[in-house]
Amino acid sequence: MVMHIVDRRLNPGSKSLENRQRFLRRAKALVQGAVKKSSQDRDIKDVLEGGEVTIPLDGMDEPRFRREGGTRDMVLPGNKKFVEGDWLPRPNQSGGKGSSAGEGDSEDAFRFVLSRDEFVDLFLDDLELPDLAKRKLAETESEGIQRAGYSTSGSPANISISRTVSRALARRVALRRPRKDEIEALEAELAECDDATRRQELLALLEALKAKVKRIPFIDPIDIRYRRFETVPKPVAQAVMFCLMDVSGSMSEHMKDLAKRFYMLLYVFLKRRYKHVEIVFIRHTDRAEEVDEDTFFHGPASGGTLVSSALVAMNEIVRTRFRPADWNIYAAQASDGDNMTSDSALTGQLLTDKILPVCQFFAYLEVGEAANYTFDMPDSSLWTLYERLRNEGAPLSMRKVSERGEIFPVFQDLFKRRSKQERVA
Amino acid sequence: MVSSGGRLFEGADWDFHTLQRIHDACQEIAHSELGLDVYPNQIEVITAEQMLDAYSSVGMPLFYKHWSFGKQFAFQEASYRKGLMGLAYEIVINSSPCISYLMEENTATMQTLVIAHAAFGHNHFFKNNYLFKQWTDADGILDYLEFAKGYIAACEDRHGRETVERTLDAAHALMSHGIDRYPGKKTLDLRAEEKRAGERRQHEESVFNDLWRTVPNTKAKSKSAMTAERRRALLGLPQENILYFLEKTAPRLHPWQREIIRIVRHIAQYFYPQSQTKVMNEGTATYVHYRIMNRLHKQDRISDGNFLEFLQSHTNVVFQPDFDDRRWSGFNPYALGFAMMQDIERIVTSPEDEDREWFPDIAGKGDVEGVLREIWSNYRDESFIGQFLSPALIRRFRMFHLHDDPAESAGIKVDAIHDERGYRRVRRELSRQYDVGFVDANIEVIDVDLAGDRRLMLRHTTVKDAQLNETDARRVLQHLADLWTYDVVLTEVDASDKVLKEYAVSPRAAAVAA
Repeated sequence: MVMHIVDRRLNPGSKSLENRQRFLRRAKALVQGAVKKSSQDRDIKDVLEGGEVTIPLDGMDEPRFRREGGTRDMVLPGNKKFVEGDWLPRPNQSGGKGSSAGEGDSEDAFRFVLSRDEFVDLFLDDLELPDLAKRKLAETESEGIQRAGYSTSGSPANISISRTVSRALARRVALRRPRKDEIEALEAELAECDDATRRQELLALLEALKAKVKRIPFIDPIDIRYRRFETVPKPVAQAVMFCLMDVSGSMSEHMKDLAKRFYMLLYVFLKRRYKHVEIVFIRHTDRAEEVDEDTFFHGPASGGTLVSSALVAMNEIVRTRFRPADWNIYAAQASDGDNMTSDSALTGQLLTDKILPVCQFFAYLEVGEAANYTFDMPDSSLWTLYERLRNEGAPLSMRKVSERGEIFPVFQDLFKRRSKQERVA
Repeated sequence: MVSSGGRLFEGADWDFHTLQRIHDACQEIAHSELGLDVYPNQIEVITAEQMLDAYSSVGMPLFYKHWSFGKQFAFQEASYRKGLMGLAYEIVINSSPCISYLMEENTATMQTLVIAHAAFGHNHFFKNNYLFKQWTDADGILDYLEFAKGYIAACEDRHGRETVERTLDAAHALMSHGIDRYPGKKTLDLRAEEKRAGERRQHEESVFNDLWRTVPNTKAKSKSAMTAERRRALLGLPQENILYFLEKTAPRLHPWQREIIRIVRHIAQYFYPQSQTKVMNEGTATYVHYRIMNRLHKQDRISDGNFLEFLQSHTNVVFQPDFDDRRWSGFNPYALGFAMMQDIERIVTSPEDEDREWFPDIAGKGDVEGVLREIWSNYRDESFIGQFLSPALIRRFRMFHLHDDPAESAGIKVDAIHDERGYRRVRRELSRQYDVGFVDANIEVIDVDLAGDRRLMLRHTTVKDAQLNETDARRVLQHLADLWTYDVVLTEVDASDKVLKEYAVSPRAAAVAA
């Protein structure tokens, strides 16, 4: 009898992937709830690593006819001391029935592990870039180069040797150019030939062949082919994210922490959309500078507050390094809202004329102390300014946040899928 | 000191040539010594992840897509990653050729064990046991699954995933009641089945003529002409195969829905013998691998070290915890099955007086393999235990029988133990635990008024006062009503036809509209 051995190890794995996706789709609402809940009490970074979630089994059950109760008979192994006719006390109802109680627990809740991608997808599922950004996204395209067949003209660097040689060969065959060995064979015959008439014939033949070889070149200019390239429009697949933050003395650690969380969410969100995301950190007091991440969040700084300085710096960086045609530009500004009153006019002008036209999205996050008192206070100078700009029609998104727990709802609120008419507030 | 010329392998490593040698050596013993008759073998080497995949599609190499398999996969993956669950060393499929999946991380000894166990033990059982012969079609199953997978995928393309999913959900809920328990006139031929389904569809397409819709309906036949008796006879009632009944009689199902129900029904039927022969099937396979491994060791084809490795895993497999052990979770079919096979070997070769009295037919007969082959072919768990569980084994396992009557306030009664008075009762009760007739609820379709309000009536005849779990019963009945598209009534009655409880469920609006 023949036995076959098949090595299946190299077969594509995850045959169950499709089933798993079906299951997740079906349990989507439940899983999403679980994901949100677990993300509230943990660090964003950890949360987005994926992990185990628990969902209730309701709606995911597969019912069967099951029987319960009644008179039960069972045969068990391992009798140690019982004799026929003994009476055993029933295990008490609450804690007893070891095995069935265990089953009951696992019936109520269902735990399983989500991969990082699944987790992030569900985490950000109902979020979307605002309409404004989508419109821009379609426009911003750059040009790329792509091979597009062959042409008869071009630069010498682009000669396609293989194509040229094969065309030359085809031409030589078609025109019956005599081959080298053909001529050599005739010459050999001529050298050995004694018959005069035959020699004459051979000489004439050779003459004709050699003339033909001269007429038909080995490679002719018409054989030459060049590789052709075409420019094609390519959608931009990269984004830059500007983090602007006021680091003057009035910003506490708590406020910076809030801002950091918001930046992180934005980063994860953009990362999902774009292949390549760069981050630029600009901090400012009364003057702005570009810094690395660590300095941005932890470096000491002091001074007054001039928001315009940060906008000038950002504009400069955009001009020199991030051509708006090549980059999708996102900006998020965090501040406690203080700004020199004299700076307002300049800030407003910079924003409307320089910054907003090149940005896909500009978000302003006003962070406050945990005590929540900012909301009882009159609106800050920056908030007043931005609100005025927004009412004049500038595409700004702004929110106030004072507690960690509010970050995600605010973020979600900013990017929520919404109908066309509704503008980002 | 020991010549390794005859050795199949040294150490733990193996390659495909080793597998081939192991297979050939096992085959030699299986044929000449045990007289096994098997399907051709196909051995497939897979990774742990693929094993997990196979787990969640009920062990089959291909299966249609459904979310419930994904749920199972997610659950099993989670417990596997946490280390709560080990994976099986092997999965074997009742098909011809008989496919055995071997995990790549098994050692050479484990591969030998697994090949002997699955490729010969299970394989012989699949090919020879009467239940498998009667109910399954080993040649056709893979083709049929391929067809089922393709058909359901095509339905999803045509009618939408959710609609198809709803039908499948409903059919799955009734799967345990989609089985013919007694052989009828039909023998299962899955290949012809697949062909017929194609022909049916083609015929429908070829005779479809839109004109027929414009022909006015003929007047309904006079209602009174049909008596209740005649109607039930025509519908083949009472019918315990609910899925079959729906497929043939449900008034408003689309043809593709009937086909899906048919597929679920066929698959349930295919697995039916396996659920009835767990103890025998595993007992046979374990006994076969034990014999083969011992013989290989005696022939010096595996080393002492490797044999010890085998003995350790064998001992783990046939371990039976006592009822008061924390690891207790019912009888281990490997342990019980293997012990019974060995016990039969003992009775056949060196019986004692007690065995001669209990088993006059086989005691001292001498031909161990012949007797066992005969048993493997003609019994299922219930009848096997009912006839061959010996007093010696009851004593060895120290089995006892508990009777728990909720009406009895004194507690649970110890009804029988391993003594002269108890042997037969213990044996009868244990055999009953494996009787599907007692394990599954006895639910039948008893009547339907196709001319009237089309209400479907079912009856659950309770055994020993065990009623249905209410939550689950309502959910299943909801599915049933959605397929039937009219009201469904289930009555629970006791042996004397006294009504204990009545469920009435109406179909959901979405199901009726579909």
